[in-house]
Amino acid sequence: MSGTVSGLLTIGLLLALLAVCYHPLGAWMAHVYGDTRHWRVERVLYRLVRVDPDSEQGWRTYAVSVVAFSVVSILLLFGLILVQLRLPLTQGSQGMGATTALNTAVSFVTNTNWQSYAGEVGATPIVQTVGLTVQNFVSAAVGMAVAVALIRAAARRSARDIGNFWVDLVRGSVRILLPIAAVAGVVLLVGGVVQNLSAPETVKALAGGDQVIRGGLVASQEAIKELGTNGGGYFNANSAHPFENPNAVTNLLEIFLLLLIPFALTRTYGILVGDRRQGWALLGFAGVLWAAGVAATTASEVAASGGLGGAMEGKEQRFGLWASTLFAASTTGTSTGAVNSMHESYSPLGGGTVLTTMVLGEISPGGVGSGLYGILIVAILAVFIAGLMVGRTPEFLGKTIGRREVTCAALYILVMPILVLVFTGLSLVLDGPRSTMLASGPHGLTEVMYAYASGSNNNGSAFAGLTADTPWYNLTLAACMVLGRFVPMLLVLRLAGLLVEQHPRPATAGTMPTHTPRFVGLLTGVALIVAGLTFFPALALGPIAEALS
Amino acid sequence: MTKHTITGGHSLREVVPQALLKLDPRHVWHSPVIFVVWVGSVLTTGLAVKDSSVFSWSVAVWLWATVLFANAAEAVAEGRGKAQAASLRATKKETMARRLREDGTEEQVPGSGLRIGDTVVVEAGQVVPGDGDVVEGVATVDESAITGESAPVIRESGGDRSAVTGGTTVLSDRIVVRITTKPGESFIDRMIALVEGAQRQKTPNEIALTILLTTLTIIFLVTVMALQPLAVYSGRSQSVIVLVALLVCLIPTTIGALLSAIGIAGMDRLVQRNVLAMSGRAVEAAGDVSTLLLDKTGTITLGNRQASEFLGLDECDGRALPEAAHLSSLADSTPEGRSIVELAHTAYGVDGSQTAEALALQGATFVEFSATTRMSGVDLPDGSRVRKGAGSAVAAWVRETGGTVDERVTTLADRIGASGGTPLVVAEQEDGRPARVLGIVHLKDIVKPGMRERFEHMRRMGIRTVMITGDNPLTAEAIAREAGVDDFLAEATPEEKMRLIKAEQEGGRLVAMTGDGTNDAPALAQADVGVAMNTGTSAAKEAGNMVDLDSDPTKLIEIVEIGKQLLITRGALTTFSIANDIAKYFAIIPAMFVVLFPGLDALNVMGLASPESAILSAVIFNALIILALIPLALRGVGYRPSGASSLLNRNLLVYGLGGIVVPFVGIKAIDLVVSLLPGLS
Repeated sequence: MSGTVSGLLTIGLLLALLAVCYHPLGAWMAHVYGDTRHWRVERVLYRLVRVDPDSEQGWRTYAVSVVAFSVVSILLLFGLILVQLRLPLTQGSQGMGATTALNTAVSFVTNTNWQSYAGEVGATPIVQTVGLTVQNFVSAAVGMAVAVALIRAAARRSARDIGNFWVDLVRGSVRILLPIAAVAGVVLLVGGVVQNLSAPETVKALAGGDQVIRGGLVASQEAIKELGTNGGGYFNANSAHPFENPNAVTNLLEIFLLLLIPFALTRTYGILVGDRRQGWALLGFAGVLWAAGVAATTASEVAASGGLGGAMEGKEQRFGLWASTLFAASTTGTSTGAVNSMHESYSPLGGGTVLTTMVLGEISPGGVGSGLYGILIVAILAVFIAGLMVGRTPEFLGKTIGRREVTCAALYILVMPILVLVFTGLSLVLDGPRSTMLASGPHGLTEVMYAYASGSNNNGSAFAGLTADTPWYNLTLAACMVLGRFVPMLLVLRLAGLLVEQHPRPATAGTMPTHTPRFVGLLTGVALIVAGLTFFPALALGPIAEALS
Repeated sequence: MTKHTITGGHSLREVVPQALLKLDPRHVWHSPVIFVVWVGSVLTTGLAVKDSSVFSWSVAVWLWATVLFANAAEAVAEGRGKAQAASLRATKKETMARRLREDGTEEQVPGSGLRIGDTVVVEAGQVVPGDGDVVEGVATVDESAITGESAPVIRESGGDRSAVTGGTTVLSDRIVVRITTKPGESFIDRMIALVEGAQRQKTPNEIALTILLTTLTIIFLVTVMALQPLAVYSGRSQSVIVLVALLVCLIPTTIGALLSAIGIAGMDRLVQRNVLAMSGRAVEAAGDVSTLLLDKTGTITLGNRQASEFLGLDECDGRALPEAAHLSSLADSTPEGRSIVELAHTAYGVDGSQTAEALALQGATFVEFSATTRMSGVDLPDGSRVRKGAGSAVAAWVRETGGTVDERVTTLADRIGASGGTPLVVAEQEDGRPARVLGIVHLKDIVKPGMRERFEHMRRMGIRTVMITGDNPLTAEAIAREAGVDDFLAEATPEEKMRLIKAEQEGGRLVAMTGDGTNDAPALAQADVGVAMNTGTSAAKEAGNMVDLDSDPTKLIEIVEIGKQLLITRGALTTFSIANDIAKYFAIIPAMFVVLFPGLDALNVMGLASPESAILSAVIFNALIILALIPLALRGVGYRPSGASSLLNRNLLVYGLGGIVVPFVGIKAIDLVVSLLPGLS
């Protein structure tokens, strides 16, 4: 079977799996976030943190809860990593320095999962399971909570409260992420992913020399790593490592897992706002961008191969080119950041494409929750500009997009480009950061820009090549991750606070419809033009210059 | 109609000094986008002085031109209002007022010395010294100074036509006016301030758009500033002039330059239609209106009812009814009476040569309609009498003469009433004999021609029309159906009207209405767009947020369209402005880095002559497009009433796609010329 046929079959199978789960999962999530009853285990948790699960919060309290929870999470994880070598089960781990530990703590709490350390040696099994895996769950649940709060605000009429963060957090973890991750973990285990606590084995390699082979509680972390669009690998090689992702089936399953919730959330959105067509429109938008990303990456790599079975440098033979590019476009499009191939080795245009899917702002379809609210922000901007062209004050789902609403949306889109461009620029002119780059010229520029795009968009994938475990990169990337995660989140919650107070205007023939294919086209245009205009000069000096020379 | 040349019919001599004056940074600061261009112009000029070259001077000059063109757009828009204000000011001459003292004697005081509550006497030939209400007398008043309408209007005490405006001239009779506004705050004063744009404040949507444009400006500022380290790293730092040129080309200068002109021109379009909006906010709200409350009489129907048919009773001769009705109406000068004569003549062939005067000469006496008899008619010399009037009154008269009234008359009258018409029963008494009913004249409201289509348009625009009438529900429903409105409010009282407005607003809909009476004032104030008729009371004018000087209630529909057009123009030019950037990138980016990466020449899709000419062409295009779009900003983009989908389709195609394509062509064309400049290699 040729690569093309198997590639197309893989994509077909992936789409079929996603299609089957779209309705039930979307409906289940809508039910979960709208349910008035509590599970017994949830009640126990609420009692533990002393929260009344039946009371709701206004946007301020909700935002304070999000921030408080995340700050405490960062501190706890940071502390745990610092003391990890004094805890049992170190298994030869070397631990991390302070800036690396801070970077890692921020990285996992912000759902970025950028790894300045090598998984095998940087983190002990205790940190991996009690620290990182727990954050894999809750950081994803925080993203979903904020998205659901925004959806609620859009759907409610003349209200004040946007939900209860603690309830949303607990339910997202307990009712959505845990069950799916449990099933997926078992399937991965069956597929060959390891799950053990055995000590590292040292074997003699064929070419001579020693190789240390480590195991670990991999399958359990692998499932949530993909499902929660986290991406932090147990091993340094991430999903290219045979213990994390042994074969084509587990590879397909992992791609499926990372796309599952971001796509299904559009269904949840449609149900919660009471107009399923709205959900279809967002699905169409995210789907088009995702498909374009897959197509462009694959085309670039196939073209770069010169007809000899693909540009296979940095890719695993057991997956082949198509399954690698499919993974690459999906992981960068969902802010996951897991990799099953090394993006540094991609052709200039292929690498440029995966970089571009990130700087779009993680909306194709984006991370769990964060993707959905990112798309909604683009929708609000599109509605604002195009809505004027139908001769009415712009409105979205009947809610007016006035001065304050547009300010939130505008500041949201301001954050990420500033972080990426400012830090990329600084890193390229300062001698210290420059010295740790592997490549020079346009490729080196791409390396650095990729790192900051990855951090600011909470993606976490690395272009490789760049030695990022230096205080400069650890600290600036941590800043990007924190600001890139929480400033937009706070703006989204502020926007939710504004929207929830409004009484929606009824839709008339004079209202711009937001569920039509034309609106999907408009959204796509706005997303591409905004990102394109912002990043074109930098891309021109990086991947484009490299491709054209 | 003003001609829409680039300067809007104003000579360059007026516009250029204005545009130069507006270079003051304190003024430019109001538009953040243009302020950035201003700073860029200062910077490039400094650099050009320091390091002179054809390229640097060209860029500097064209950047200044960009700011000047933006200022010119605003100056032209304001200029139109200024002309209007000047003519208004001419009417504001100082007048002496004849103030009445408590004891009834008069004293002469200057008009500017009047206080609220003073009463003044105005007689034929004198100018009304201030805004107020007539408290005594009736007069004809020439209001052409404010309305431009030369036909005099009647102003009388009490009722809904009591308001007089300072600066208008009394043509006949004597009135006593109670002053209701302070000097300096009169209607004319406010009008002058409005058309001059002196009190212009940014409207909510304009502010929101400014925020978005400022955000885009910041993003591009960061993009361009971050480009320098990237360029240094890549091995070729860029000159500040080139970076400024790139920045100015990227930030949304087109819409930034035209935004305030669009707002001023929108207000101006209303003024041209003789509507005064008290705030830009009201004009914007007009575009958002989703419910229109329209008074039936005068707006939807012609002011008066008209005869539409004669329904004779079977046993009478077919010609008896039209002839009798005709006879009885000859002296009736009301529109209803005239319409009966007209109908009898045209549709029933009754001899039209007979006149009331001739008949009177022959000895006929006409009976005038009165509120007590509720009948009118004629007593002929041969002793026969004809009466027409309300069913019960005529029936009583017939019975008085010993006649009987057939039951069919009642059924017929009820049927007409149910269909929304007014039955007018006609009876005849031949000399000495009992009177008998001949039949019924069907009077009905005539819906103004074209209303049905207009309401159909409204529906397609997503606007619900509600007819307001004092009629009973049956009548109202019939007319509502005939006119094609979506809903009606029958037996409307001011309270009912208010309740309806509040209910609509609670449902999230914006409401527009017209009104003229004092009892309309609360509803006018409550409505999102309240258009007061100029003929109305001061209370109504005070409560509404617009005044229609022509007092034409149908204008509400045009007001909505102007509001929509204003928003569409903003959206279209924003889209155009942003779409333009794509071509500018393709011009400037390869120009900046082609030396470094020769492969980037592949991005030079326009095949521009040299890096310098490419950058300069983009800057020139960026400036000229502002000039080219001034007429569009002043006129507003073409608007045909239709649904949101088709509007969006059209505007996306024209301004979105057009915005992408036009600069490719424009920059290439400019480059062909610019590349001929000596010293620009």
